[in-house]
Amino acid sequence: MSLENILTNWSKYRKGAEEGGFHDYEHMWGRVIDLNKCTGCSACVVACYAENNLAVVGKDRFADGHAMHWLRIERYWDEPDLGEGRVAEFQHHGASFLPMHCQQCNAATCEPVCPVAATYHTPDGLNAQVYNRCIGSRYCSNNCPYRLRYFNFFSYYESSWPAPLHMQLNPDLTVRDKGVMEKCTFCVQRIRAVKDKAKMQDRKVLDGEVQPACVQTCPTSAMTFGDILDMHSPGKGVENTQAAALWRKHQVELGKAKQVKQDPELRGYRVLEGLNTDPKVLFLERVREV
Amino acid sequence: MSDQHKDINEDIRWAKINEDVLRSMENPRMGYWVSVVVCLALLSLAVIAEVYQYNTGMGVANLNWPQMWGLYIATFIFWIGMSHSGTLLSAILHITHADWRKPIYRFAEAMTTFTLMTAGLFPIIHLGRLWNMYWVLPYYSDRGIWPNFRSPLVWDAFAIGTYLTSSALFLYIGSIPDLAICRDNARGWRKKLYTALSLGWRGDDRQWRHFRKAYLIMACFLIPLAVSVHSIVSSDFAMSIMPGWHVTTFPPYFVAGALYSGCAGIITLFVLLRYYFRFEDYMTLPILDKTCKLTFAIAMVWTYLNLVEFSSVWYGHDMVAKELLIDKFTGTYSPYFWAMLFLGSVVPFTMAFEKIRRSISAMFVISILLNIGMWLDRWMIVGPTLSASYEPFAFSVSWPSWVQWFIVIGSFGWFGLLFLVFVKVIPSVSMYEVKEMIFHRRHIAHKDIASVMHRRAGDAKPSGEAGLEGVKS
Repeated sequence: MSLENILTNWSKYRKGAEEGGFHDYEHMWGRVIDLNKCTGCSACVVACYAENNLAVVGKDRFADGHAMHWLRIERYWDEPDLGEGRVAEFQHHGASFLPMHCQQCNAATCEPVCPVAATYHTPDGLNAQVYNRCIGSRYCSNNCPYRLRYFNFFSYYESSWPAPLHMQLNPDLTVRDKGVMEKCTFCVQRIRAVKDKAKMQDRKVLDGEVQPACVQTCPTSAMTFGDILDMHSPGKGVENTQAAALWRKHQVELGKAKQVKQDPELRGYRVLEGLNTDPKVLFLERVREV
Repeated sequence: MSDQHKDINEDIRWAKINEDVLRSMENPRMGYWVSVVVCLALLSLAVIAEVYQYNTGMGVANLNWPQMWGLYIATFIFWIGMSHSGTLLSAILHITHADWRKPIYRFAEAMTTFTLMTAGLFPIIHLGRLWNMYWVLPYYSDRGIWPNFRSPLVWDAFAIGTYLTSSALFLYIGSIPDLAICRDNARGWRKKLYTALSLGWRGDDRQWRHFRKAYLIMACFLIPLAVSVHSIVSSDFAMSIMPGWHVTTFPPYFVAGALYSGCAGIITLFVLLRYYFRFEDYMTLPILDKTCKLTFAIAMVWTYLNLVEFSSVWYGHDMVAKELLIDKFTGTYSPYFWAMLFLGSVVPFTMAFEKIRRSISAMFVISILLNIGMWLDRWMIVGPTLSASYEPFAFSVSWPSWVQWFIVIGSFGWFGLLFLVFVKVIPSVSMYEVKEMIFHRRHIAHKDIASVMHRRAGDAKPSGEAGLEGVKS
């Protein structure tokens, strides 16, 4: 950030959230999670642990709140009181599952508060976390309304991957040490690899070419991952992706704190949308008989 | 003593003031060494805890997800708050010409500096990788990496750094005439020390004129600084999106709370200094009485701002914030929350009674209770929001481990140690300002004494030495 750079590009940097923030996006990686299809099997969680070198902290530390699950399956149970005088004696429909990982908000609340700019927005529309730069003030986690950031409260290397388990660590990304914040990256190492490959072959990235570990693993294909930039600014990014089609179909627009929809068939919503964080993960509501 | 109504007796002689104050800086007695040992013991607890935490990781403090901040940040706010009293007494009351502040402002100003030195440690201690703490400062780097100027934590670093520098300067500038008195009365290495520190102060006309100007400018500079520092600390919370933190009234609320706990801290130290150094002639009951009235007024402002916060949350109908507020009153943290309200808003009503305001022992206990209340207040800002905010999956309560408690307790030892060094190095009562105060009061109340003792060059000579003899007896 040299002085010349600031002076030349000032107007670009000072564009606020009301204008959609940073404009020159290369891609805007987003996803759709269909809760009708989610069975809560947690295969995605396991895949995430394997892909991203997440520390396995053990039962006690998990109970202490030191778990590092970038992707977690939240379980919500039926209210016993169904309203209109009816009371549910049993949990008829079982739990509702909500797979939660970093929402990669376009107006992320974690970004402005980091004192050292260790978390910032990339031209890929990702909310990046620079482990080397992080000093561990943990402000980002406190300002994340979804509580999707995890802190290395201890050094887990030796306890989590005792030899020879360290041989199975993913070489494409680091193992984080104590004192560093981390969170879901949408498997940025995979995105990087695909982008590099496309560049080498002098072509654009194709739809479905990037698959984060969780999406790849999901047995019911509840998750769809892709570039949703072409619904935001047509003609850019990966065009006509399946994910963008779903966003369009369910009439969820980026940059809006509230979606106005008439058709009850449109099940799309974003978690805590009203906070104006502009998340890029679209959930499709679960439809149930009451 | 309790029937004393004057802030200070006008018949104290200059030599006695020097003697009394300089005596407090002589070789320490047993009580002093005991205090030093106690403070060192407390500090060593903190050092042990910090070394352990540094080597093992922040988890040993029982910080966890989602309780990422704990007592460290709460105590940080508490100490920053304590620092505001000094500026109130030394700067705000200086420009409003409240001369009763003069005997007690010096130690209050020292308290400002030392509480800031204590507070500044906490953000460093709470960092996950504290060896990289200097990254929050905008230093020139070959890689062209700067801190994130949008982050309130960076503002904190600037605000606290500026405030600490200015208040230390203010403390030093204000004590130059006194350091010169020390120089004139010291021998050996102390003489050398004070000769250097007093910067060649001779007390001539020109020096006093410049001194006054510098002091006034510093006072005017420090007031907005003090207000902005705690406003900026409050923006650590107010700038966030979290329920219970995202509160518009936080800056004034924090400043009021800061002045409140600072005044209570002054009363505590007032009582201790008066007792240990026999400063009964200077730290008089009427001055205690006035300080208590000031504390009472600020306590009411704080209470009012609390009510404003509650009602704006209640009528604002932000369901998450409302639920959190109800949870504060009825949930896991409710005993502490109620204790805070009781200590912060009910206990100060004892200061409505003159008998209690003038009772040294009662005020000692009350001032400590008030500060416990204010510490709880800071914890009740940090804790409940982290335990219950937007995401129901992340609702959890956790309690600090011994590591956090040791470091919090140790910070009091650190502050005490700094203060103990201070009272032996810099006069804890401002000699020249007490003289000034007496001088002005003599001119108002005792024209006869004043005309004898404070003759200027052009004044007529008093008839004989009778007047002066009368003063002596």
